[in-house]
Amino acid sequence: MKPTKAIEMKNISKSFGAVKANENVNLTVYNGEIHALLGENGAGKSTLMSMLSGIYTPDSGSISINEKPVEFSSPKDAINLGIGMIHQHFKLVDVLSAKENMVLGSKGAMLHGKQLSRDMQKICDQYGLDIKPDKKVYQMSVGEKQTLEIIKVLYRGAKILILDEPTAVLTPQEIKRLFDILRNMKAQGCAIVIITHKLNEVLEISDRITVLRRGQSIETVETKDVAVNHLVEMMVGKKVDLELEKPQCITDKELLRVDGLYVSTKENKHALQDISFTLHGGEILGVAGVAGSGQKEICETIAGLLPAEKGRIFFENENILGKSPGEIIRLGIRMGFIPEDRLGMGLVGSMDMVHNIMLKDYRNQKGIFLRKKGAAEKAERLVKELEILTPHIHYPIKKLSGGNIQKVLLGREIDSNPKILITAYPARGLDIGASYKIYDLLNAQKKNGVGILFIGEDLDVLMALCDRIMVFCGGQMTGIVNPSVMSKEDIGLLMAGGTTSADSTNSVAQKEGETQ
Amino acid sequence: MSFLKITKREDTPRQKAILIRIISVVLSLIFAGLVIAVLGYNPLEVFSSMVSGALGSASRLRQTVTKAVPLIITSLGILVAFKMKFWNIGGEGQIMMGAFAAASVALFVDLPQPLMLLCMAAAAMIAGGIWAFIPAIFKAKMGTNETIFTLMLNYIAIKFVTYLQFGPWKDPNSQGFPKIADFPKSAVLPSIGGMHMGWIIALVLVILVYILMNHTKKGFEISVVGESVQTAKYAGMPISRIIILSMLLSGGLCGLTGMIQASAVEKTLSSALSANYGFTAITTTWLSGLNAIAALFVCSAFAILVQGSSYIQISMSVPAAVADMIQAIILFFVLGSEFFLQYKVSFHKHGKEAK
Amino acid sequence: MLLNFLVAAVVAGTPLIFATLGEIITEKAGNTNLGVEGMMFMGAIIGFIVGQQTNNAILAMIGAGIAGGVGALLYAFLTVSLRANQIVCGLTLTIFGKGFSSFLGQKVMGTLVPASIQQFFVPRPIPVLSSIPYIGKIFFNQDIFVYIGYLLIIGATVYLFRTKPGLNLRAVGESAASADASGINVTLYKYIHIILGGALCGLGGAYMSLVTVPVWQENIIAGRGWIAVALVIFASWHPVKALIGSLLFGGLSIVGFRLQSMGIHVSQYLIDMLPYLATIVIVIISTRKNKKEDMAPADLGNAYFREER
Repeated sequence: MKPTKAIEMKNISKSFGAVKANENVNLTVYNGEIHALLGENGAGKSTLMSMLSGIYTPDSGSISINEKPVEFSSPKDAINLGIGMIHQHFKLVDVLSAKENMVLGSKGAMLHGKQLSRDMQKICDQYGLDIKPDKKVYQMSVGEKQTLEIIKVLYRGAKILILDEPTAVLTPQEIKRLFDILRNMKAQGCAIVIITHKLNEVLEISDRITVLRRGQSIETVETKDVAVNHLVEMMVGKKVDLELEKPQCITDKELLRVDGLYVSTKENKHALQDISFTLHGGEILGVAGVAGSGQKEICETIAGLLPAEKGRIFFENENILGKSPGEIIRLGIRMGFIPEDRLGMGLVGSMDMVHNIMLKDYRNQKGIFLRKKGAAEKAERLVKELEILTPHIHYPIKKLSGGNIQKVLLGREIDSNPKILITAYPARGLDIGASYKIYDLLNAQKKNGVGILFIGEDLDVLMALCDRIMVFCGGQMTGIVNPSVMSKEDIGLLMAGGTTSADSTNSVAQKEGETQ
Repeated sequence: MSFLKITKREDTPRQKAILIRIISVVLSLIFAGLVIAVLGYNPLEVFSSMVSGALGSASRLRQTVTKAVPLIITSLGILVAFKMKFWNIGGEGQIMMGAFAAASVALFVDLPQPLMLLCMAAAAMIAGGIWAFIPAIFKAKMGTNETIFTLMLNYIAIKFVTYLQFGPWKDPNSQGFPKIADFPKSAVLPSIGGMHMGWIIALVLVILVYILMNHTKKGFEISVVGESVQTAKYAGMPISRIIILSMLLSGGLCGLTGMIQASAVEKTLSSALSANYGFTAITTTWLSGLNAIAALFVCSAFAILVQGSSYIQISMSVPAAVADMIQAIILFFVLGSEFFLQYKVSFHKHGKEAK
Repeated sequence: MLLNFLVAAVVAGTPLIFATLGEIITEKAGNTNLGVEGMMFMGAIIGFIVGQQTNNAILAMIGAGIAGGVGALLYAFLTVSLRANQIVCGLTLTIFGKGFSSFLGQKVMGTLVPASIQQFFVPRPIPVLSSIPYIGKIFFNQDIFVYIGYLLIIGATVYLFRTKPGLNLRAVGESAASADASGINVTLYKYIHIILGGALCGLGGAYMSLVTVPVWQENIIAGRGWIAVALVIFASWHPVKALIGSLLFGGLSIVGFRLQSMGIHVSQYLIDMLPYLATIVIVIISTRKNKKEDMAPADLGNAYFREER
C-alpha cells in the first residue's frame, strides 16, 4: 500500500522586506514518516514550517494537506487540519498550569478541571509521557515544557507534527526519550517533520531528509542512502572542513580562580552551589549542562552582575567578588564577556555599531561630551577585520543577521584586549560558516594566552574545542572532565546529575592534579 | 479569506514618511470638519477662523507663542523621562509644584528682580524635580509602577494648591474671592519682543536638551538605560543614579514651566495654572519621536491648534468642548498614521497570483 | 452613624466597581486603556440624555454602555489594528470623552434625572439577605444598579477563571504569540474585551449621572476614572479584590463630608487628597508582591503582530 501524502508544499515563496526567506520551496511528507528538514541557520526552515502552521502566509505557492489543497489565514486553520507545531521558543503561557495550557484555544464553554486532568493522564499513558497536570509552566524544566508542548499537540488530535529544533535544550538521555516518543507516534501513523541542524540526530531518527539552503529546497534524499559529509555539502553548498583545531598552549599562569561559590537568585535559591575551578592562560574551559543548570549565573557572577552568597573569585590573585561591572572596568581588569542574550544584555539593538562599540569604554573619555570619532574608526576597522556585513557603521545593529551581530559583540570584547574571555553560547543561531569563524577567533585568542570560559550546548563542539569541560547540573558541578578520555554518553550522564564509572573520573582528577 | 495583507516595512524613506504624515493631517482635518458640520458649524469658517486666530496678526501670533512656551519646556522634560522609558505622566503635578515653589519665593521673600527671578526658577526646578524624584526612587529601588504613581501625584499637587488658594494663602484683599495675592513686580518675567521672555528660555532649552541627549555621556547613558537595563548594567552604568538624575531633570524642566506660567502669565499661583499642559506634552513628546528639535515644531503646531481653538470660542462662540474634540480627533488620526510608517498594507487575493 | 457611612460608601464605590472591572477586563486582554475617565464621561452624558428622553432606566443604562463601548472601539482600532501607543491613545480618548460630554451636556446643564428613573433606582432590600445584621443593611439594601455591579463581579470571576473563553483571554494578555499559536483569535479577543471593558466604564459613569448626583453637572466624573486605573493594581487583576478596593475608596472619598458633619474641621481639599495618597501607598505595597499570579498580565502594553521577526 502506498502511503498517502500528509503534506505537500509546492513552489512556496516568502519574503520579509528585501529578504527572501523562502524561494520556490518544495516539500512532500508521507504519513507514517519522520522527515528531517535540514539546513543552516537562516536557510528558511522555520519560515517554511511557520507557513505550514498558519503563522505566516506564503507570498506564493500552494499547500496540500492529506492531498487536499488548503489555505491558512491563521494558526487555527492549521490546528483544525490536524497540524501541530512545537516551536523552538515554546509557546506556553507561564502563569497557567499544564492542563490549562493544553486546553488553550479549544472549543467549549466551561473549564472542567478534573476532566482535563484525566484527559491529560490518558495521553501521557498512551505515549509514555509524564507531567503533573496542575504544575505551573514557570515551575517547569525545559524538558517538561517540551513534553507539555507535545501533549498539547496530541490533545488536539494532531496527525501532523512539526518540531523546530527540539533537541537544542535537551540532554542526550532526554533526546533519546524524545526520539522514542516520535517513533511511537510514527508507528501510530503520524507524519512528523523535525527541523534540526544536528547531523547525527538526523541520521538516527529520520526516514527522509530535505535540505534547504538560502531559502531554496536543494534536494530530498532517503536517509539510508546518505553520509554526513554529503549532507554538509548540500547544506553549505561547498565542501567544508568540520575539524576543529585544539592547540595545546596552556600556560602556568592562573588567571581566574573560583572558590566555593554559592549564588541564589530570585527565581532559584540554589542557582549555584559550591562551585570551584581554575582557568589558566591559553586554555579553553568548557561548561556543559542542560539549559538553566547555572551557566548564566556563573557568567554573570564572574562579570559582577550577580551578587554571591559566599565564595571568592580571584582574578590574578585579586578577589573581585562583590565588585560591580563598573568597578571592574574602572580597576582595569581586562575581562571580556559575551552574554547569552546578545541584544538584551551585550548590545543595544536600536543603536548603531559606533554607539555599541563605545558601550564599555565611553566612560574613559574626559569631560561631559561624547566623542564618537574613535569608536567610528574602530567600527570601520572591525567591519574590515571580521568581515561584518552591514550597509554602513551607522546602521541599527538589530537589523543585521545573527552572525554579524555576534561579530560586533565579539569584536568589541576582543578589541579591548582581555586576559579572560567569558562566552555564553557564542555560536547559537549562527550558520556553520559563521560558527567556525567564531571558533577560529576564540582559538586565536587562546593562542595569545587568553583564558576562555566557554559555555556551550552542542557536546560535539564542546569536546572538540575545549581543553577541559566542567559539567553543571542543577547549579552543582558534577565533574570536570578531559574530553579526550571521556565519552559523550558519560558526559551526558553527568549532565543529568549521575556519576560515571569511578575510574574515568579519577583519571581526570589525576590529570587535574598534574596540571596544577 | 484575508484581503488585506500587512507587512512590516524595513525602512521608510523620509519623503514617504512626510507624505504619510501630511495625508494623515489632511484626513484628520476633513474628518474633524465633518464633525464640526454635524455639530452645526461651518467647518471652513471654523478652520479659517482658527488659523487667523492663531497667526492672523502680530498680537495673536504672540499669544500663540505664549501658549507654545509651556508646552515646549514641559515636552522637553517629558522627553528626558520617556527616553529612559520612564512613563512620567506627572508633568501636570510637577508644573504645579514648580509654580508653588516659585510662588513661595515671590510672595514671602523680598529680593531685587534678577535675583528674585533666579531664586524662583531654582526653587521651581527643585520642587518639580522632587515631585518627579519621589516616584523615580521607588521605581529605581523597588520597581514601583511609575505611570500610576506620577498620575496620582498630579492630583495631590492640584489639591494642595487648591487648598492653599481657598485656605491659608487666600488673599485677604480679594473680597472673599478665592485667589492668591498677585506677585510683586519684581517677580514677573520681563518681556522681550512684546512677549514674556519665556520663549527665549524655551529655545535655549531645546538646544541644550538636544545636545544633552545626543552628544553627551549622560545622554548616552539615559538612552542605554531606556533601551535595556540589563545592557546598562552589563556596561557598568550606575542605573539608579541615572534614573534619579534624569528624573530630577525631567521634573525640574516641568517645574520651570510652572514658574514661567506663574510669573509671566498668571502673575500669581492658581489651581488652574497647569492647564493640562502636563498631559498635552505627553502627546506632543510622543509625536516628536523623542527628539528635542522635532518637539519644538510639534509643540508649535499644537500651540496653533490651542490658540485657534480659544479664538473661535470668542469669535464664533464655539464651545471649548468642541475645540477639545477637534484636538482629540486630529490626534487620533496622527497617532493612527504612525502605523502606516511602520507597516505596509496591500490588497491581496489569497494564493492565486502564484503563477 | 458608622452604618450610614458604610451604606454611603457602597454607593460612592459603585462607579468604581464598574470602571475597575472594565479596566481589569481590558488589561486581561493585554491593553492598558487610560481612557477610563473619558469613557465614563461618555457613558455619563449618554445615559443621562437617553434617560431624559425615554424616561426609561434600562434604556439609559444600555445607552451608557454603548457610549463607553464606542469610545473603547475607537481606542481598540488605534491600538490593536493600527498598533498605536496605548498610553497616548488612552490619554487622547480621555480628552475626547471629556469634550464630548461637556458639549452634549451644555443643553442639559443643571437639569434633573426624570422622577421615574430616580424611582427605579431607590434602594430595594433583597429578601432574606437584607435581614442579615449589618451586612444586610450595608450591602443588600441598595439600588438595582449596585446589585448589577455585584452580579458582574461574580460573573467576571466565573468567566475569567472557570470558562474556556476566560482562559483564552488570560492567555492573550499573558502572551499574545502563544495564544495565537494555540489557535486563539487574538485580534477578536482584544476587540471584544476592550469594548466590553469600555461599556462597563460607561455604566460606571452613568451611575454618577443617574444615581449619585442625579443632576447634570460639568466634570461629573472628577477623576474617578484615574482611581479606577490605579485600583486595578490594588486588585491585582482580580474582580473580587476590585469590589473590595472600590468600596474602600468609595469610603475614603466621602470621609470628608462625614468628618465635617461630626464637627471635625479639616479642609475638604486636603481630605480630597486621601484617595490619591492611598492609591500611591497601595501601588507601592503591591510592588512587593512576588507571586506570579498576582502580577500584571505579562504581555500588557505590547502590540501584537503575528509576522514579527
